[in-house]
Amino acid sequence: MSTETKSDELVIAGRTFSSRLVIGTGKYKTYEQNAEACVAAGVDMVTVAVRRVNLTDKSQPRLTDFVSPKDYTFLPNTAGCFTAEDAIRTLRLAREAGGWDLVKLEVLSDQKTLYPDMSETLRAAELLIKEGFQVMVYCSDDPVYAKRLEDAGCCAIMPLGSLIGSGLGIMNPVNIRLIVEQTRVPVIVDAGVGTASDAAVAMELGCDGVLMNTAIAEAKDPILMASAMKHAVIAGRQSYLAGRMPKKRYADPSSPLAGLI
Amino acid sequence: MQIRLNGEPFEVKSAATVLELVLELELDPKSVAVERNLEIVPKSRHGEESLTPGDSIEIVEFVGGG
Repeated sequence: MSTETKSDELVIAGRTFSSRLVIGTGKYKTYEQNAEACVAAGVDMVTVAVRRVNLTDKSQPRLTDFVSPKDYTFLPNTAGCFTAEDAIRTLRLAREAGGWDLVKLEVLSDQKTLYPDMSETLRAAELLIKEGFQVMVYCSDDPVYAKRLEDAGCCAIMPLGSLIGSGLGIMNPVNIRLIVEQTRVPVIVDAGVGTASDAAVAMELGCDGVLMNTAIAEAKDPILMASAMKHAVIAGRQSYLAGRMPKKRYADPSSPLAGLI
Repeated sequence: MQIRLNGEPFEVKSAATVLELVLELELDPKSVAVERNLEIVPKSRHGEESLTPGDSIEIVEFVGGG
């Protein structure tokens, strides 16, 4: 087998992506820095938010002048939505603004944790899928709800590693692994990655991809961290495909015992 | 004409349609989505969708987000 991952593409709802890393476009100092991070991270897809246009200061820079939907698949999110209705309204507008139907659904429960409200999320997912949306869904790491979302027709299951923006890493690898094992559509860890090793852990668990924003945007050097994340995702993926050695309780010498002087 | 635009009272100068309003605001009609009284106005209908005093208009676009 080749050491390259060229043939190892990520397919979501019939779309093919060569990168298994998806990054957000929030919290960067500037959109220029954001654009540089996208290049350093080698991503094909970025998440974007839908907001009211700025009518008071038209000189403000626009995301699309720096990170263009011509270069990247835009994945509109529903960040800040706390009910299914808000999320659906937001994504209908996103579809109208961009003309595409691949979306990231997140319905949150409270400002302090931004933890997904799973009953509202499932309700929103069902309604959106009926309307023809391709729904990549941010969810808790509960395998039962993950299954329900998959059964409802979501095209990617995206459990949190830990709370949005927390950088705490993969808090429940056992659950992530259970979700990976049971799910037939791509599983993408979304939220919680703090550093490159967290991304590698997610990929080593067998996840199909990782989605992150703050870990890159709030690194001291976001561009260097974007590059680190790119390599971590590739390393974790290859490590998963390679199959790790079994863990042992005691030492096992790597040099031959025979011929010892 | 007085309308509500993105949650605030707004005095329309001369626009009579959604498209004219978008242009009056110096926005790119291709990159925004418009809701009139909670109903999306498809881009193909911006030119023919008339504004009425008291309308509640939302105009959104993509911005950075995670």
